[in-house]
Amino acid sequence: MHGSLAAKAAAQDDKAIGYDRHHRSMSIAQEVPIKTEHTEPAPPRRNGRWSGYSHLLMARMLELKREPEVVFWVFIFPLLLALGLGIAFRNKPGNAVSVAIVEGTGSRQAQSLLARSPQHDQFKVQVLNEDDARKGFRLGKFDLVIEPGNNGAVTYRYDPARPESVLAKAEVNDALQAAAGRKDTVPTTGVTSSEPGSRYIDFLIPGLLGMNLMNSGMWGIGFALVDMRQRKLLKRFVGTPMRRGDFLLALASSRLILMIIEVGLLLLFGALFFHMRVLGSIGSIALIAAIGSLTFGGVGLLTASRAQKIESVSGLINLVMMPMWIFSGVFFSYERFPAMIHPLIKALPLTALNDALRASILEGTPIMHQWPRMLIMILWGGVSFVLALKWFRWT
Amino acid sequence: MAISVSESFAVNLVAVFDSMTVAIQCRDLRKTYDGKVEAVRGLNLEIQVGECFGLLGPNGAGKTTTIEILEGLLQPTSGQVSIFGHSWNENEREMREWLGISLQETRLSEKLTVRETIDLFASFYREPRPTDEVMEQLELTEKADSWVGKLSGGQRQRLAVATALVCNPKILFLDEPTTGLDPQSRRQLWDIIRAFQKNGGTVLLTTHYMDEAERLCDRLAIVDHGQIIAEGSPADLINRLGGHHVVEFSVSGNHDGAALPAWRALPSVESVREDEGLIALNVKQPHLTIPALLETIDKQGGELQHLTTRQASLEDVFVRLTGRHLREE
Repeated sequence: MHGSLAAKAAAQDDKAIGYDRHHRSMSIAQEVPIKTEHTEPAPPRRNGRWSGYSHLLMARMLELKREPEVVFWVFIFPLLLALGLGIAFRNKPGNAVSVAIVEGTGSRQAQSLLARSPQHDQFKVQVLNEDDARKGFRLGKFDLVIEPGNNGAVTYRYDPARPESVLAKAEVNDALQAAAGRKDTVPTTGVTSSEPGSRYIDFLIPGLLGMNLMNSGMWGIGFALVDMRQRKLLKRFVGTPMRRGDFLLALASSRLILMIIEVGLLLLFGALFFHMRVLGSIGSIALIAAIGSLTFGGVGLLTASRAQKIESVSGLINLVMMPMWIFSGVFFSYERFPAMIHPLIKALPLTALNDALRASILEGTPIMHQWPRMLIMILWGGVSFVLALKWFRWT
Repeated sequence: MAISVSESFAVNLVAVFDSMTVAIQCRDLRKTYDGKVEAVRGLNLEIQVGECFGLLGPNGAGKTTTIEILEGLLQPTSGQVSIFGHSWNENEREMREWLGISLQETRLSEKLTVRETIDLFASFYREPRPTDEVMEQLELTEKADSWVGKLSGGQRQRLAVATALVCNPKILFLDEPTTGLDPQSRRQLWDIIRAFQKNGGTVLLTTHYMDEAERLCDRLAIVDHGQIIAEGSPADLINRLGGHHVVEFSVSGNHDGAALPAWRALPSVESVREDEGLIALNVKQPHLTIPALLETIDKQGGELQHLTTRQASLEDVFVRLTGRHLREE
């Protein structure tokens, strides 16, 4: 019956005849190796226990490697961020205080007083009309505006919320008073200290490391899973004897491999470009980063446990990460938030990761002394993982 | 003692033989989504080893739900499924070794090559076939190192079947394997399915193409609204329900329903239906019907606008059973 159907199909379409002929020649070609194998049968293909895991891991790594966006966002972007912020907030030697003096009757006097003061080389002074001076001050061009009044009196216009403005006011005042003849009763000497380890870039790089581990954990696990679910690939995998645990393990392993590259690159970059010193051991930094990476992998898994569309999981991931971007001390210390909410901030996994990384990298604190932070991360990761397994949908 | 042992052995052998001839069986299968939508409503199937069985029906008939329940990917609301006598709750991992599955639309990873994709699926099975052999069978050897994203629709569909065939399955499940493919690619897939069957494999496929069901399937079940409304070999279904031939014509002037009984009364006519002004007669012997038809039209004073006769198809069976066409939206 099938023979006749095939003949019918072939008769209807010339191309099918050509195809059939092609097929026949292939089957002849196939016969040749079968004859030679008759004497020595080829061993059947047999897969071991970890074959599925290793192929899943390899496939994942290949996919990541072939995705230029991933390479950029995971590896290049953090370096650019560190470079940009490191340059913008670099410690300039003899950081000059920028001062505007409003044109008027006393402006010349104030200017000459400042120029005569012992600290005169620290000031960058400009004389402007009132409007331009205020505008420049608003835009952050000037730290302080001096408005000279009558009889040598001056008014300082400064912003108490801007530390450099407060500082400028104090320094300019000192300089003016000293130049005008004030005598300091206590003799003082200042010694400058800007050691690597206490600069902004030193604060920033561990924070960027933590943020990057969070980003790539959440996106790398959460987004990838929902994408595979939407493409019905998860369902297709479940239709094979694949071990589901191996699948998740392969995903986690790919995260750890990326983590090593991410952390290594950023630390190397900090050391080479900004002469950053890494005090903690490589082993303890790697362990903290690994735990952080798995923690956010677990949170990512939970975020992705039910979502069917990548649009909805993208929103969820951003919702989960947003508070940590703000509170967890990536770009600035969380000490700036009211002390009342510090316990809440410290309970966030990214805070624990950032604090642990900073303590280890900048101060060389042994990992044993960091157990509360490790515990916070393990709890977040562990609880998320257990809940995710309970709720996870493969189809 | 010795006799009873050999007797029970014989009984076991019969049981084993029996379970070996039935590849897929399901009884009173039901699936209700969210307690409201009844996708499958009491479906019974028995598919023999070596058979190519088709589920034919329009979109939304419950074909995909049924095949995914049989594949163990969906939990039925009620009813039993057995694959070679095993149920999904007992022995899932082992059963997965026997089944090759191609879902309705799986988007495989675009940035993996054909070879990497087949290797990945092969790695999940204990004793898969060599990747090269599968690629050759499905004519993918030339594309072995191309990314999946660069493949044509037909090539992608063959790759999907390759990921199913690489495990050397006993049963091949194909959900709408040729939907959206060009005629050449469809024929190519049909050949692959036939070759699999020739080597003793069992095939269950769903389709809404009647020609596919007619050419490929030994037996098929027509599914509508979650139930089987007819079952049998394509030829048997057509003979039983489609009429042997179809005479289609249209008449100018009166084509109101009142004329239908007159057509029904013509010799050798089995059934009549009207479809947008076109009247279709299911006819056993057209040479008896047509002269009588012409005479009747003449008597009524009508004028014949159009007349064709053709072999009845599964489409006619479906229309006869449901009053709708297979491809209707």
